[in-house]
Amino acid sequence: MDCKLCEVYCKTAHSKSKDVIKAYKEEFPEPVARIRVEGGKLLSVAVSCRHCEEPACVEACITGAMTKNPETGLVINDPERCVGCMTCAVACPYGCIKVGDIALKCDLCDLSGVPACVEHCPNNALIYVEGGSEK
Amino acid sequence: MDYNINLLPPKFLIQRDKDRCIKCGACARQCANEAHVIQLDGSIKAIDERCVDCMRCVSICPTRAIRIEEYPVKFRESANWTEEAILEVYKQAETGGVLLSAMGNPKPFPVYWDKMLLNASQVTNPSIDPLREPMVTTLMLCRKPARLELVDGKVVTEIPPQVKLNVPIMFSAMSFGSISLNAQKSLAMAAEEVGTLFNTGEGGMHRELYPYQDHAVVQVASGRFGVYKEYLERAKIIEIKIGQGAKPGIGGHLPGEKVDSEVSQTRMIPEGADAISPAPHHDIYSIEDLRQLIYSIKEVTDYKKPVSVKIAAVHNSAAIASGIARAGADIIVVDGFRGGTGAAPTRIRDNVGIPIELALASIDQRLRDEGLRNTVSLVVAGSLRNSADVVKAIALGADAVYIATAALLTLGCHLCRTCNTGKCNWGIATQKPELTKRLIPEVMYKRAANLLRAWNHEIQEMMGGMGINSIESLRGNRAMLRGVGLTQKELEILGIAHAGE
Repeated sequence: MDCKLCEVYCKTAHSKSKDVIKAYKEEFPEPVARIRVEGGKLLSVAVSCRHCEEPACVEACITGAMTKNPETGLVINDPERCVGCMTCAVACPYGCIKVGDIALKCDLCDLSGVPACVEHCPNNALIYVEGGSEK
Repeated sequence: MDYNINLLPPKFLIQRDKDRCIKCGACARQCANEAHVIQLDGSIKAIDERCVDCMRCVSICPTRAIRIEEYPVKFRESANWTEEAILEVYKQAETGGVLLSAMGNPKPFPVYWDKMLLNASQVTNPSIDPLREPMVTTLMLCRKPARLELVDGKVVTEIPPQVKLNVPIMFSAMSFGSISLNAQKSLAMAAEEVGTLFNTGEGGMHRELYPYQDHAVVQVASGRFGVYKEYLERAKIIEIKIGQGAKPGIGGHLPGEKVDSEVSQTRMIPEGADAISPAPHHDIYSIEDLRQLIYSIKEVTDYKKPVSVKIAAVHNSAAIASGIARAGADIIVVDGFRGGTGAAPTRIRDNVGIPIELALASIDQRLRDEGLRNTVSLVVAGSLRNSADVVKAIALGADAVYIATAALLTLGCHLCRTCNTGKCNWGIATQKPELTKRLIPEVMYKRAANLLRAWNHEIQEMMGGMGINSIESLRGNRAMLRGVGLTQKELEILGIAHAGE
């Protein structure tokens, strides 16, 4: 419904303080939300990494920083290896890689439970399912 | 708004805590009244006069940065010329129009529920623990035969159609058009889950409600919107709406802007046309006429559907109810003056009708005196706020109650009383798709069902305390009620003793 609270809470979840107000007003560098809401009031959809079966970003990565965990299926970027060339961002067909000093993307909140965006969605529009290739 | 000497001050003041606001703009994107506006520099401006205090922004703000306060303009009030009275004159001087309001009568008339107290068992008769012993809140609505005839141990009396309710609470009439389909569907799903009924209101039944038709009361009102044979056949109960507690004596008015293609198809009226229900049914000018309509409906549905007649609680309710019972209705619904509405002329809402408690007591007594009580079920509506009100209503003689305002509260309503604008930020009293999508039936129905279950638990607790194990034994059991601070006349009408007697 276009409230964009998922963006707010994603940004908070990827901040140092984990506090909404501090994340927005005090932290430097400013944390980045990895999810974004497209569309408008009538029809809106939150877009974040699909954790694809055959991720274009992993294939494109020049340093091997972007990897897909064969067990969990999670696609993550290793900040130690990433050189910030952003080839992955160009390759991603969903536009889900955010540009920072290095490539920033959804990490499903480290699989530590329900991701922040899903947890805080006021209208249950976001759901978290492990659905194999369909999802 | 023009700022001039005829200032109508805003009602509310939007306070934004700058230290907390992160300028995410959720408030602005959520407010259909556009009381929050994102400016070019990213800051958010509040426009107080557009605020209706619906609390949507306050609820959605991730940092609790928003507070809504009363606008601090003080009129030179007196006990007679209150601020409200002054403002209303100003408003009418400006517009020359009839004042409109939504929801029920807010004036400080006595709430008799709060002046009645319930009994509980001590020593001489045992109270019952509803968690350990059976406690029946299931009931059967509709006409009961005066006596049962048995032949060889089998009942040979013809039993009229009965309707079973698992809880003595139903959802009252709110039409598609006045509220959104999502709101109706939420109530329908809750009614199905708990085993009670919802009411389509006078706006017809949308095809998406067909799966819930076994739990539907359908209305036939003076506008006859969406009424045809199949509509009547789908219903569990058919309700003839004569009047509504919030605005006795006048009909509904659904503004044309709310009549989109879905509403137009369901109501069977042109798109964009105002849906105006005439004040009277033009084929009902007497009890005899009412009887004709009741029997026309029964005839068309093969005498399989009970027919209910809904009236507003007015001065001669008891005599009218007696007439309705004699006209062949299976259920009489009485709606008190505090009942809600999407829109009513303010003067009518605030000055017409009588309290439901008094109407209920006098109707039940009259029907009993005339030996008609078993021929009809009595359902009351008009602001039942909690389970204690329900218990008191049943003890005064009701079979069951209707709730609507409380039901909407479960769906997110914050009683801002601007249903008539069609900009309900909670997706209830609106047809705008960007707003109705905020109310997801599959999510919200659970809250409405929770309310029914919670009240039912509480009703069982109260009944247990009184040593009563069946709702049937509570009905009309006025010995369980005592009045506090009531006059002799009020006690007489309510048919109860004063506390201490």
